[in-house]
Amino acid sequence: MKKVLMCGNEAIAEAAIIAGCRFYAGYPITPQNEIPAYMSKRMPEAAGGIFIQSESELAAINMVFGSSLTGTRAMTSSSSPGISLKQEGISYLAACELPAVIVNIMRGGPGLGNIGPSQSDYFQAVKGGGHGDYHQIVIAPASVQEIADLTMLSFDLADKYRMPVMILGDGILGQMMEPVEFKAVTKPQIKKDWILDGCKGRKPRIIKSLILNEAALEKFNLKLQKRYKEIKNKEQRCEVLYGDDSEIMLVAYGTSSRICRSVVENMRKKGRSIGMIRPITLWPFPEDAFKKLGKNVKSFLVVEMSCGQMIEDVKLAIDCTRPVYFYGRTGGEIPSEDGIIKAIENY
Amino acid sequence: MDKIFKKPESIRNAGTHYCPGCGHGIVHRVICEVVDDLAIREKLIGIAPVGCAVIAYDYWDFDVTEAAHGRVPAVATGIKRSLPDRIVFGYQGDGDLGAIGTAEIIHAANRGENITIIFVNNTVYGMTGGQMAPTTILKQKTATTPSGREQKIHGFPLKVCELLSVLPGVVYAERVSIHNPQNVLKAKKAIKKAFENQIKGLGFSIVEVLSPCPTYLGLSPQDAVKWIGGELTKEYPLGIYKGVA
Repeated sequence: MKKVLMCGNEAIAEAAIIAGCRFYAGYPITPQNEIPAYMSKRMPEAAGGIFIQSESELAAINMVFGSSLTGTRAMTSSSSPGISLKQEGISYLAACELPAVIVNIMRGGPGLGNIGPSQSDYFQAVKGGGHGDYHQIVIAPASVQEIADLTMLSFDLADKYRMPVMILGDGILGQMMEPVEFKAVTKPQIKKDWILDGCKGRKPRIIKSLILNEAALEKFNLKLQKRYKEIKNKEQRCEVLYGDDSEIMLVAYGTSSRICRSVVENMRKKGRSIGMIRPITLWPFPEDAFKKLGKNVKSFLVVEMSCGQMIEDVKLAIDCTRPVYFYGRTGGEIPSEDGIIKAIENY
Repeated sequence: MDKIFKKPESIRNAGTHYCPGCGHGIVHRVICEVVDDLAIREKLIGIAPVGCAVIAYDYWDFDVTEAAHGRVPAVATGIKRSLPDRIVFGYQGDGDLGAIGTAEIIHAANRGENITIIFVNNTVYGMTGGQMAPTTILKQKTATTPSGREQKIHGFPLKVCELLSVLPGVVYAERVSIHNPQNVLKAKKAIKKAFENQIKGLGFSIVEVLSPCPTYLGLSPQDAVKWIGGELTKEYPLGIYKGVA
């Protein structure tokens, strides 16, 4: 396929349809409105494709719940305040072992905040924003091309592990335009032998999360934990820049990582020993890449568009064996190269 | 000897968890009789609500999913749009439909989703201990209206059939009761109609069933049905509120 110029939000929508997504429900909120707009046009063109502008974020996530339990690849999208509303539904999806893709194009918070780009929903995304002992896979693309590739991957992961997958972007990634190539998907979708489609020729099936017996619920939760452990072992993804010969490693994802990449390249030209780890999966956090780093790495600087959230996972990944510093901008502000360089020089 | 009365095929062999005199069992059974009559069991997907009927799947012998509290119409929308040739129905209580899920029911109805909703109105939250429901009538005592529901403090009882009947997406809205055998038969007729509408692709149908909860009405099973027939039907008149079909 040839390259096209597209904004990140539209790339998510197009990639979803190529990946076989045939159900989308969403509610307007900036800065992700290009997703429902694109879906409203493209879904009816795809065989069996359904687009619904729902009455609320709650309704959207529960419509996705309903579609998913029929075996349909289903997605919803929103931005930070709307994602808070979806948390109940995400917990139910996790509990009912239903695949779904949820897109969060983050904006400034807390509360209504603003519509500037932000990464301040990291805790909510990776620590379990809803109630109960569950996880969702969290994917953090950093370019429009990666948005396309990782959206397709998200549907595969959701089906494979029967759980919600969140694509975590921000207002810049959603709005900016870059050339993108949609790679044709040939991967066959996993056969789903658990769906509800009427009990013709088989025993009736039940999808539920209510497990009243304490021992049974503990057993079920431990089953989920076993799956999460498998995901931690198999699905960590990240990009490591100059890990072998850097004293300082920047750690950043998404938009922040693009700025950090410039910092790394420019400082290396001046002879500085600096590299970067860019987590692509935020859950599972790419701990293994941190553990593999050599003794050459003396310290870390975590750069986020938040007041410091991912930094906690960096400290855990290295067991606090080396200093971990933080530089962040919040409230819709974006870190500058100069700001990051100053932070490196000052610590 | 010929068997003239038997268990519907669509109902499982299970002991009931419902309280003595509770109406849910009757409504469950009537739904299953209709499912058998219309031969739709193998293409049916039911949705159980949060509330006393959450484990309806222990009684219904067809595909059933749970939904989060109040979200039955949204889940039903997702299922029906994805599988338009299947029959999808939601079972909701008064708290589920009339309080926490008001937005979902109004918008599913207003979109004219081709689904069937069975709305069991027993005027209290049964599962959580008999608190005031949106449909609790004035002066009715509950766990959270110890002196009786008072309009100035708690507002008015919510009239669901009346409310939904003005929406153009609704093809059928009927309120029935199960306080005596005659009315149970009428309820069955209404529920059958609500499913037939969906089979014909006509749009959104709802049947509101006035149902006894003796435990939290503080009445014997006999007095509870008497109260429904005598008092509750004054507040909630029975009949067809919308019957386009």
